[in-house]
Amino acid sequence: MTKAEKPDEKPIYDSSRLVSPFVEEFRELTRYRDLVKHLIARNIKTRYKRSALGILWTMLNPLLMMVVLTFVFSEIFKSSIVSRSYSAYALAGLLLWNFFAQTTTGAMSELIWGGGLLKRIYLPRAIFAASALGTSLVNLLLSLIPLFIIIIVTGVPIRAVALVLPGPIILTAMFSLGVALFLSRIAAYFHDVMEMYQILLTAWMYMTPIIYPKEIIPNHFRWLFKINPMYHLMEVFREPLTVGRMAGPKTWAAAAVASLLTLLFGWWFFSRKADELAYRI
Amino acid sequence: MSLLIGSEISSNGVATNRRGTADVVIRLENVSVEYHAPREQIRSFKEYAIRLLQGRVQHEEFKALSDVSLEVHEGEVMGVIGHNGAGKSTLLKLVSRVMKPTGGRVWVKGRIAPLLELGAGFHYELSGRENIFLNGTLLGCTHAEMEALFDEIVDFAEMWDFIEAPLRTYSTGMAVRLGFAVATARQPDILIVDEVLSVGDEQFRHKCAARMDSFRENGTTILLVTHDSTQVTGMCDRAAWLDHGQLRAIGDAQTVVDQYQNFTKGSASPR
Repeated sequence: MTKAEKPDEKPIYDSSRLVSPFVEEFRELTRYRDLVKHLIARNIKTRYKRSALGILWTMLNPLLMMVVLTFVFSEIFKSSIVSRSYSAYALAGLLLWNFFAQTTTGAMSELIWGGGLLKRIYLPRAIFAASALGTSLVNLLLSLIPLFIIIIVTGVPIRAVALVLPGPIILTAMFSLGVALFLSRIAAYFHDVMEMYQILLTAWMYMTPIIYPKEIIPNHFRWLFKINPMYHLMEVFREPLTVGRMAGPKTWAAAAVASLLTLLFGWWFFSRKADELAYRI
Repeated sequence: MSLLIGSEISSNGVATNRRGTADVVIRLENVSVEYHAPREQIRSFKEYAIRLLQGRVQHEEFKALSDVSLEVHEGEVMGVIGHNGAGKSTLLKLVSRVMKPTGGRVWVKGRIAPLLELGAGFHYELSGRENIFLNGTLLGCTHAEMEALFDEIVDFAEMWDFIEAPLRTYSTGMAVRLGFAVATARQPDILIVDEVLSVGDEQFRHKCAARMDSFRENGTTILLVTHDSTQVTGMCDRAAWLDHGQLRAIGDAQTVVDQYQNFTKGSASPR
């Protein structure tokens, strides 16, 4: 530097500035927050623009699934579900699962879609994971309306404890974003990871008590739940709604620790190679 | 009505000295870009795993740029010439922050507008209005900035009648016009142009050219990448010639273009 730079408002980019990519990616993402909003709006608008039911479809889709499940399973599981309605139980589980599944798959497909953009203009690379998360969050919040209707209709009492709901949603968002970033980096290199993930996702869903009550699983298989973060998140989210009490402190702790660690790991794993992604997609 | 939001540039006294003493806005110091990539593009994880087991993943070192140093001053129009694969687009990517150098240092001061991706992220189901905001925020503006620029963009693109209609009802020319209007709505400090654009009809092309000229007069630095050397001599103050990732010459546009043409004639096999 021969000349001292005049202090003015012009942004300065210096490739040799030593900022950890972990921090840099976050800073840039907050700078581009308006873009995240517009990407979310785009995702939601374009999904419904040409369908007659529009935004109602978001609410109807899990409801129909719930109707089918209730029709098939409620008799089978009657003995193990005494205090709660199967419909509310299954719908709550499905909504949280969809939130996770949509965020992770959406992040990958948006990153691959946006690959051409990343090659030509600068964007924070985590922008697609962020917008996928935002999109599925909007969908989740909308589908809470039919969930509460079902809870009321089926006669499950709504207790004040339901007010903790933002907690589990934030934790699941953190967990989903961590997984989404982890997968996004791999999917940028190998596009078939998306297909493989679909298979994994299906298996994962059946290993999580969503459409069946956890009690039907024999004790010697319970460890499979313990190592599954989605199980803990599911409990923390669902218990206040369908049983009317908080999940135990151990479950809360497991959910919180797993979510935080997954987010930190995913963010680190993604951001350290963020600069390379542009020419790998 | 002024579209020159960043007009404080001219107050820096830049226009008076086009060359030499003006502030440096782009500086490359011994910049190298080296790719370490699989020799064949392996797109599938299954294939990669199989090849890895067979020991058939060969990596290749490829130097897209080696040891390039150059400076571009404020208000300058700099042409970059060279054959395909000479490293021109790599240079652009470095300056526009899309790529980081593997060696050396890239230093850029000011807001960059890339005229490379007109209508980036345009979505055909969304209206013109929605696309303006999406495209603008993709290019790094905030929502509030886009709101302030909105009328001016629609005016320039002459799009008031169609602004609420979905983009799929637009002709290609209309979409490109809208893209150009958004990309150039704010005067950038540095404008990056990949080949000279031919946008829309004759009349709109004049409008685009006029806007670029006014940017230049108001102190915008322009980086023009092309393999058409007549564009360089016609528009640029200085030029840089890249060949196989190396900077072969830099200086007065005419001189560099002459060198480049002599070299091309000399090395080309008789046609």
